[in-house]
Amino acid sequence: MFLLEPEQWLRLLDGMWVTLQLFAVSWLIAFTVALTLTVIRATNVAPARWFVDAYVEYHRNVPLLVQILFWYFGMPELLPEGFRGWLYQHNAELSLAAIGLGLGSASYVSEDMRSGLRAIPMTQFEASRALGASYLQSMRHIIVPQALRLAIPPLVSRALLLFKNTSLAMAIGVADLTYQTRELENETYRTFATFGAATILYLLGSFLIMFLGSRIYRHYQLKGGARA
Amino acid sequence: MIKLEKVNKWFGSNHVLRDIDFHVEKGEVVVVCGPSGSGKSTLIRTINRLEPIEKGTIRIAGEDIYGKGVNVNQLRAGIGFVFQQFNLFPHMSVLDNVLFAPTIIQKRSRKEAVGLAHSLLERVGLAEKVDAYPGNLSGGQQQRVAIARALALHPPIMLFDEPTSALDPEMVGEVLQVMKSLAKDGMTMVCVTHEMGFARDVSDRVVFMDAGEILESAAPSTFFTAPQHPRAQRFLADILHPRA
Amino acid sequence: MLEILQEYWLTLLIGQYPHGPLGGLALTLILAVFGLVLSLPLALIITLARVSPYKVFSLPSTALVQVVRGIPLLMLIFGAYFVIPKLTGQVVSGFVTLLGALVIYESAYLSEVMRAGVEAIPKGQIEASRSLGVGYWQTMRKVILPQALFNVLPSMTNQFISTIKETSLGYIISVNELTFAANQVNNLVLTKPLQVFGILAIIYFIVCFTLTRGLLWVDFRVRKARAMV
Repeated sequence: MFLLEPEQWLRLLDGMWVTLQLFAVSWLIAFTVALTLTVIRATNVAPARWFVDAYVEYHRNVPLLVQILFWYFGMPELLPEGFRGWLYQHNAELSLAAIGLGLGSASYVSEDMRSGLRAIPMTQFEASRALGASYLQSMRHIIVPQALRLAIPPLVSRALLLFKNTSLAMAIGVADLTYQTRELENETYRTFATFGAATILYLLGSFLIMFLGSRIYRHYQLKGGARA
Repeated sequence: MIKLEKVNKWFGSNHVLRDIDFHVEKGEVVVVCGPSGSGKSTLIRTINRLEPIEKGTIRIAGEDIYGKGVNVNQLRAGIGFVFQQFNLFPHMSVLDNVLFAPTIIQKRSRKEAVGLAHSLLERVGLAEKVDAYPGNLSGGQQQRVAIARALALHPPIMLFDEPTSALDPEMVGEVLQVMKSLAKDGMTMVCVTHEMGFARDVSDRVVFMDAGEILESAAPSTFFTAPQHPRAQRFLADILHPRA
Repeated sequence: MLEILQEYWLTLLIGQYPHGPLGGLALTLILAVFGLVLSLPLALIITLARVSPYKVFSLPSTALVQVVRGIPLLMLIFGAYFVIPKLTGQVVSGFVTLLGALVIYESAYLSEVMRAGVEAIPKGQIEASRSLGVGYWQTMRKVILPQALFNVLPSMTNQFISTIKETSLGYIISVNELTFAANQVNNLVLTKPLQVFGILAIIYFIVCFTLTRGLLWVDFRVRKARAMV
């Protein structure tokens, strides 16, 4: 009653694989977009700031599910007919879910990066410029590496949240772990076993991310303590 | 070598530099002193454009540093600046801190620059600390690394902004040693400092500032024995015989 | 877009009412309010269990919180959806299922915030109270909790906004809240999904944005009144 048959485990593991893929792609999108947003904002030009602020406010006030639904149902309307057809033939659900998840999470990730940037004292920038480094060189070699280092703990939390939010993709038909769980339950009625197994898989995924996060954090820790 | 003419600067409505005329010859060691708030740090920071100026001209080796075609990064690469708070890059080793300018800014290969870096660190007495990180070092050691870092591009001018003010007293000596040896080798130096011993022994000229103006400029022998300006006299009296 | 809004604003606002139960934005807000209000006492109980010196309380509650926070809210909703009928033997409405899942999810999160608040109180406070002869529960009630909970208040407003956004998951189990209502509208209009879902996003934006700003303003006024700004 409480254990699943091997084929059923395989079904769930298939779902888990989709979940992990979706997570990886969404996180990549989120991180890159967030980095871009942070750099844009750091230029301090007024329209750039407004754009980034508007982006962040929109994605923080609209539920992630609604964002995904918007991308799946709404956005394709803007595409030309031919491209739309091609998109739906080629796994639109997964791509659009990844885009929705990635762009939505990017707003939070960019705020975390921004806090990291703000925590780096201006004097580091001055020291770099005083040596003759340009603005970009200073950002790239001195400021951003230190800011990212500081931002690792909140970024790990965001990654965990994104991992759990991948479940929303099942609303547009992506066969992730949650989708497979519901399907399996509908077919076998073995509620406790199914949900127990799925819970274990999600927890394993969370632990994996937390473990990787703490390793990365330890690797990038400032050696000798932060006395400088 | 360095020429400031009628330099004026405002922070908002605060007139922090008033009609500054300040010259430094090649090979000269000039100490700038004065009470806090006098503008001496601001003065030295205008030389490498860390602080912009509103009026006046600044020339280095004859060239106006705000001239057309002047690349501010190249300008700064030709001036070494040592900060009060060292400002070493904590995420890089000592060696990488010193290598930053030659490899990243001048794009030389690491192999070329490593020899230079080692010799600079030896010069400041920290050859064994190449792989240490700033967090492992004492204040005095960090400041010496900062000096080595500033020397990495062989700048003809070195600027020191209160280099020992943030150090515990027992470490001040080791930093002043390095600065002394630089002076002996003929470096053109401008130092904002409270270390009067250094000023007396090493400098060619002492400049006294207060409230944004240069009030006195004299050889150390003259300045310390017979200061002209009343505020300079008061300043020296306070430093040498602090009122309880 | 304006025509759609003109035509269907009532559906979006209150669902099928009065020809059916209350729905739309009204239901969203009701779910959020009840969700937050009901989660507070539950969060408190969980917190007390977690900080209890008795393992029989602290271990299960810790396990509960870790599991609830380690799985997606959607899984919790489905769990409730499938498990509750099995446990109670009766069919439970989507509304109750959603509300139940939301309450458990929020309580787990809030209990973490409360627990951090409790653990942040210096040990000296407890020692001082116990040395005076005050018992464990009295110490909790009169000394620790008032201080710990006071710091939790600012998170509450954030929690409320989050809960409003979480109610959108009702769409997946056919609870007639705002997102589901918008989907109904889309199924009627059929040819303008961009506009329909655009309106949906805008409604959420307006609601959450104004609530955030409004609650910040209230918070500011309260602090000013207490001269704590």
